[in-house]
Amino acid sequence: MSVKTPLGRVRGLGSAKSGVEHFWHQRMTAIALVPLTIWFVWSVARYAGAPYGEVIGFLSNPFNAAAMLLFVLAGLYHMVLGVQVVIEDYVPQEGMKLALLLLTRFAAFAVGMVCAIAVLRIAV
Amino acid sequence: MTEARSGGRPFSRPRSPHLQIYRWPITMGTSILHRVTGMALSFGTLILAWWLVAASMGADSYAVFEGAAFHWFGRLVLFGFTLALVFHALNGIRHLFWDVGRGFKMATANATGVVVYIVTLAVTVLVWVVAYRSMGDWR
Repeated sequence: MSVKTPLGRVRGLGSAKSGVEHFWHQRMTAIALVPLTIWFVWSVARYAGAPYGEVIGFLSNPFNAAAMLLFVLAGLYHMVLGVQVVIEDYVPQEGMKLALLLLTRFAAFAVGMVCAIAVLRIAV
Repeated sequence: MTEARSGGRPFSRPRSPHLQIYRWPITMGTSILHRVTGMALSFGTLILAWWLVAASMGADSYAVFEGAAFHWFGRLVLFGFTLALVFHALNGIRHLFWDVGRGFKMATANATGVVVYIVTLAVTVLVWVVAYRSMGDWR
């Protein structure tokens, strides 16, 4: 017998009102990042010391540009979720916690936007 | 502390092991390193952003980035970046297995932890061997 209301059970959001969304999104991005990280590390190692034109040629390929964008965006989202847990674990003051959580998100959006524009500027 | 059953005489209860005298379990080391490398990689995204921005802005900007990356300190930072990325990725895969309920036996968790350490070093060295060979090939 559960003491939860039928509505509460069907929503499945629990007392924190967010359910398993954080957990699930962190795992989804983690799984996506496995092949993307292999591709990224391999590509960077292959193009280490490459002339400027070769690097531009590499990033101009639509598949490479897409993979780079996915790597950056999935990585930043994964980063936001991970850093959030670290902040919530170690920062007890509500004001400071809120400020750091906001800073993490703003920084992620800023870095993501700049990277996206840079990649698209090369590839498009 | 005075225990209720001690008959009123003070007697010292056993204390839980303190961090300084505790033998570090392998799983504790990998867990802490997973966080540390995760935080380091967060700042590492700024290097990735610099690389992409420099490439998009032209050959001169790219040369500035390359100058920093080829400097011995730049190489040291990038080696640390590689080490952190490879460790976080491999240990992350270990976490994904735990998420589906596998590899939780103490012996298994310890063994996979050691495997992650060894493979991290091997892969990082391999990546840098490839990178140095590439540098030679492009020249």
